Formats: sequence, structure tokens, C-alpha cells
Amino acid sequence: MSRLQVVSGKGGTGKTTVAAALALALATEGKRTLLVEVEGRQGIAQLFETEALPYEERKIAVASGGGEVYALAIDAERALLDYLQMFYKLGSAGRALKKLGAIDFATTIAPGLRDVLLTGKACEAVRRRDKKGAYVYDYVVMDAPPTGRITKFLNVNDEVAGLAKFGPIHNQAQAVMRVLKSPETAVHFVTLLEEMPVQETADGVAELRAAELPVGKVLVNMVRPQLLDEEALRAAAGERRTAVAQALSAAGLGGARRGGHAERLVDPLLEQAAEHAQRVELEREQREALAGIGLDTYELPMLGEGLDLAGLYRLAAALRTHLGADRAQGAA
Amino acid sequence: MSSQERRARETGLDTVPVLDTVPVLDVDPLLDDPATRIIVCCGSGGVGKTTTAAALGVRAAERGRRAVVLTIDPARRLAQSMGIDSLDNVPRRVKGIDEGAGGELHAMMLDMKRTFDEVVEANAAPDRARAILENPFYQSLSAGFAGTQEYMAMEKLGQLRARDEWDLIVVDTPPSRSALDFLDAPKRLGSFLDGKFIRVLMAPAKVGGRAGMKFLNVGMSMMTGTLSKLMGGQLLRDVQTFVAAMDTMFGGFRTRADATYRLLQAPGTAFLVVAAPERDALREAAYFVERLAAEEMPLAGLVLNRVHGSGAPQLSAERALAAAENLGQRGIVDQGDGNAGPRGSSTAASPETPRTTARGGAEDTRTEDTQSEGTQPEDTHAEGDGEVADDVAQLTAGLLRLHAERMQVLAREQRTRDRFTALHPEVAVTEVAALPGDVHDLAGLRDIGERLSHR
Repeated sequence: MSRLQVVSGKGGTGKTTVAAALALALATEGKRTLLVEVEGRQGIAQLFETEALPYEERKIAVASGGGEVYALAIDAERALLDYLQMFYKLGSAGRALKKLGAIDFATTIAPGLRDVLLTGKACEAVRRRDKKGAYVYDYVVMDAPPTGRITKFLNVNDEVAGLAKFGPIHNQAQAVMRVLKSPETAVHFVTLLEEMPVQETADGVAELRAAELPVGKVLVNMVRPQLLDEEALRAAAGERRTAVAQALSAAGLGGARRGGHAERLVDPLLEQAAEHAQRVELEREQREALAGIGLDTYELPMLGEGLDLAGLYRLAAALRTHLGADRAQGAA
Repeated sequence: MSSQERRARETGLDTVPVLDTVPVLDVDPLLDDPATRIIVCCGSGGVGKTTTAAALGVRAAERGRRAVVLTIDPARRLAQSMGIDSLDNVPRRVKGIDEGAGGELHAMMLDMKRTFDEVVEANAAPDRARAILENPFYQSLSAGFAGTQEYMAMEKLGQLRARDEWDLIVVDTPPSRSALDFLDAPKRLGSFLDGKFIRVLMAPAKVGGRAGMKFLNVGMSMMTGTLSKLMGGQLLRDVQTFVAAMDTMFGGFRTRADATYRLLQAPGTAFLVVAAPERDALREAAYFVERLAAEEMPLAGLVLNRVHGSGAPQLSAERALAAAENLGQRGIVDQGDGNAGPRGSSTAASPETPRTTARGGAEDTRTEDTQSEGTQPEDTHAEGDGEVADDVAQLTAGLLRLHAERMQVLAREQRTRDRFTALHPEVAVTEVAALPGDVHDLAGLRDIGERLSHR
């Protein structure tokens, strides 16, 4: 299991939620994980129903079995100043840079520098050890930029290493790249069983592979249960109206005669079944397309009541089941 | 809110919203008004912005406008269906549009790097432009770090507007995580390219490199020294050369960013905030509504995509599950008493949501339903105890579980919507019913257009 878990995905697929659930899932049995946010949206704070996260690693949740989840919202400007301080002991020069707008420039405009700082900070957390030499965090989970930007984001250190051909930035970029391209890292894609997210996932996986970055798993989010089997769906589409009306009536939903309460339910229910059938068919196609990518796939259930903290723990439990199954398979 | 109003809202979900407290957004007058020159579709990622923009373009054109749609990152098949899958950064006329009303549709997909190159070429002498385009620093700047796409989308909008060939421009906005980025990025980029720091960077290059350093004060030389140490001398030189070459254009960037900003505030511009009935998307939408107000940018309304409806809202999720349970038991043990389904105990259908939070309206309906049946006892009893074949029982139970799931979705969507409406009751809303699949042809876009305008 790689120690840096990067979670990407198309907008609207629940990337942040899945990243948080993964951090919870990996924290079980006394492990400690760090959940890292890089886009400054405070999505993690909203998810865990806490106030906005400062630029500081802070415990936000306890997982079953005594594990802990820490969270960090990385701020590029603060990360740069830290970094300058750490490597160059730049007290006043750092402040002068800030005054001139150089820090702003570096973190917003200088190509990729922002991304270098963000990935750099995450890699630092992965490598950090305590006094006894043990890793401070067992896993670091990153809520990463969306699928369309992920390869550029992770590969930016290569780009910067090319731009800055020597010097400390070059060295730093190289060091970060060594972590990102090693088996220590796994990049997962969150998708839905819909055409565009699946297509973007396929494109994203191809891009990552081309950049020789380690591809992890496909995490299919919001999977709805298939409530009617194929046969029933065909039957529903056929001439079973009267029988269905009678069954509804028998279940206590009113009269089956024409215009009765039960009879009036038949059309809307059959219409919903037809939509369901169409959706099931589309989902089947998308599952096939995902299978074509050739990665392991985890399916996560749709939370009918929307997402709250309890839902997050349920998603974490679902992920844990998948992880456990993988581990058992690995052992066998 | 009374339960009656709630119910009215439920029943109206898949047609026209009937709630009279929320103003309804009618897109047709907006599209038809010759004073509407720009429509900006914004919202968080994954809510159907691009599809909405394309559908509005098709509808406007077929209603007689000369329209152009600027899309940022369309799905491949949608782009193909509009004939804009080739990236050449110019609008193409879309075939297959009904031009009977005198309109036409052009469409294009933004090429960010190309747009940036064009800005450079248009604003610098040829040799200087070449120096810029070949600079490694420029190449990675233009190929896309956060902000360039937003800036270039607005730049392209400005260009299209300046050409004045179209009487309506529909713009999609970049798939930013935060819908607000696209308002901020142009200003940010403009002010940086124009700013103090760039001038400092440029100073040594301007006065002849290292030799000129002694004219700068000590702090400054310490700073460039620091930068050189940090970035490596060669990167700093690349940046300096780039900045020197861009010198003539700096004022231009600022001016252009300001002009685009004013264009967005102009009376002919209308913003449509696009969202799906999900918590995050609507939260972003609420931020955007507030931000537009703060920036004095004209908001036309909210497009709420992927709204679910049901033809049988009178049957609550809870009651449907109870009935399904009842039928399921019949199927297995052929239980005689059909009316004794254990209420609320059927958790099998949806393990994630064992209990439905039955809302006021649904509860009321149930009571009413039971009462009305109470007046016709023969209805319930004569047919209620009838024999039901196993397969029909299973099928019907499945239909009921499906309905329960749908009602839960409806309830959830309504709650998220209510939250938005409570914050912004003044915002006009148009709802677009959820489609089972993606849209990738003109017929699909036309269909969305109909749904947008409730025709």
C-alpha cells in the first residue's frame, strides 16, 4: 500500500469526499493519516463540519480502532516562506520578497512554482520521521486537483527541473519527483458511472501513464443499487399493467380498478422503471469502458440521504472492505 | 411553509415549478431580447455548464439570433456533434441548425495557448513577438498554470465582442474548482504582468545585466541575488528576458483585463449561474450570486440541472417501502393478510438509508389517501386480499423500491434547494429535469433548450 495516496477526479464526482473517506479508512487499527488539501477551498473543513483549517496539521477525526486523521490545508505562500526559511534562513530577505510582491508572484504566476510547493509539502509529510526514526504519518492522502489537471500538477516538478536546470529549485523538484514516480505514490481517480467522467478518467489514466506516474485505482462513487433485475425490467415494459395494479392493491395501496389509487400508480411506476432500465444499461456500458482501462475498481455506494459525517464514515467502511479484500488477495 | 405548498412543489418538479415564492426564470425573453449581447454560464465543475451554454446557443440561433458559443472544455462527442472538435481557435458555423428564423450558430472551443500567442503577436513587433514566443518561461506560462485559462477565456470573449459579427455571445467558463476563480484570475494575471515585482526583475536586464546592478540599492541586489540562488541563474535570466520582451505589452494586459471586467458589468451582459441540486454545487452557486452582486454584475438567474421528478409524488418513500416489504413476504410465504406490512421495517432496498425522513407533504398525503379509501371499504378489502402471483409480487415490490429511492432523491434535492432559496429568495430559477444519459447531439441540445424554457 503506497504511503502517498493521491485522489483526483472530475468535478462533481465527490473527489474530496472520497479522499476524506480514504484517510479515515487507512487510519483504522491505530494508524495515523494526514489528509492534505491543495486547492484552498476548505472542502475538508466543510466535510468534517469544523471551522476553516489553518496552515497547520490538526487532528480532525478519530477512526475506528483508535486511528487518527490529521488534516492540512496547504497554503502556497506560507509553504514558500517556510521553505525559504528552512533552506536559506532568509529572515529579512524573505520579508523583503513578500513586500515586493515576489512571494505572490512566485506562488500565483511563476509557472508551476505553486504546484511545486504543494507537492513538495505533501512529499515532505510522507518522508517525515519522528525522533525514533518512525514515520510520523503512516499514510498521506491528498485531495488533488481534478482529472484534467492532475498530470500537469504532479509532473510540474519535472517541468520546473527542466526550466531551472540547476540550483536549489532544481534539486528540490528532482527530490519531489523521485517520491511521486516511485511505488510510494498511487494516484486514484474518482468517477461516476456516467459518460463524461468515465471518458475523463480514461484520458487521465493515459496521461499519467505517459508521464510514468504511478496509477492507482478507479474509485466509482455514488453507485446506486440495481433494484430490479433485467428480467423484471423487461416484464415491467411488457403488458403486466393489470397484474401490477392488483399487486399494488394487495399491498394496501388502494383500488386496482380503473382510476383507483393503485391503478393510478402503475403508469408513473412503470415510467420510473423504464428510466431505471435505461440508466442500468448506460451504467453497464460505462462499467465496460472502465474495465477497458485495466485498473482495479472499487465501487462506493450512493448515500441516499446526502452526505454528512455519518455518511463519510459509511464510505470509509466501504473502502475498508475493499482494502481488506485486496490485502487478503495479496496474502493468498 | 405549509404542507400544501410543499406538495405543490413536489408535484411540479418534473414540469414547471409552481412555487410562487421563487421567481421562475424564463430564458426565451432573455434569448430573444436584442439588448442581450453576452450570456455567461458559470458554476462549479460537473454541473453541466458546457451543455447549458451549447443548448442556449442552439435555442437562440433557432429563434433568430446570430449567436456564437465559446466553450472551454466540451465533451469530445458534444464537440464533434457541433463540428468544433478541431482546435483552430476560430468560431465555426454549426451545421444542422434550423436557420428558418434568420439566425445562425457559430461555435468554438478555446485554445488557451493559441489565444495567448495571438495576444502577443497582436501587440508586439514581429521580432519581439518571436523572442517572447520562443522563451521557455513564456512557453510554460502560456501552456497553463492556474489562471491562464480564465484569463484567456475572458480575452477571447473580448475579442469576439470586438469583432461585432454576432449579436449574441454565449460563454462557458473554465472548469474551476471554485466558480469565483474566473472573475479573479484575469485581474490577478493583469496586475502581476503589470506589477512592481516584474519591474524589479526587469531592472538588471534593462540596464545591461550584471553591470547595472551597482545602480540598484543594496536590498534590491540582495533580492535578485536571492532569486538567482533560488531559481538558478539561468531561469532568472529566462524570466528577465521574457519580462524585457514583454515590456511594451504590460500596460496592455492591465487595460485589457479592465476592459473585460467592464464588459462583464455592462447592461447587455447576463450571468446564468448553473448548478445541480447538490450541496456543494449549490453552495458554490450561492457564493457566486453574492459575488456577482458585489461586483455589480448582472445576474439573470439560476439554472438548476438534473432535477428529479416523479409522476406519483402522492406515494411516500416510507409507504412504498412498506408495501414492497408486504409484497416481498407474500412472494415468499404467500401470506394472506396483505395489509399488515410492518411499517418502516423494510431496510433491504437501501441499506444506506434505512429510514426515510418522511416530509410533511408525504405524510399528509398518506393520511388523506387512507381516509379516502376508508370511505370505499370494498376497494381495499375486496381487492386487497386477492392472490398475487410470485413473479408479479416481486416485480411490483421492485417497482415500489425504485419509487422509494426516487422519493428519497426528491426529498434530498428539495432540502438542498430550500437552503439556497432561503439564502437568495430573489434569484429566479429554471429547472431542467434529469436525463438518463449524456447529451451529444443537436437534438439533445434542442431538448435541453426546451426544458430550459419549459416549452
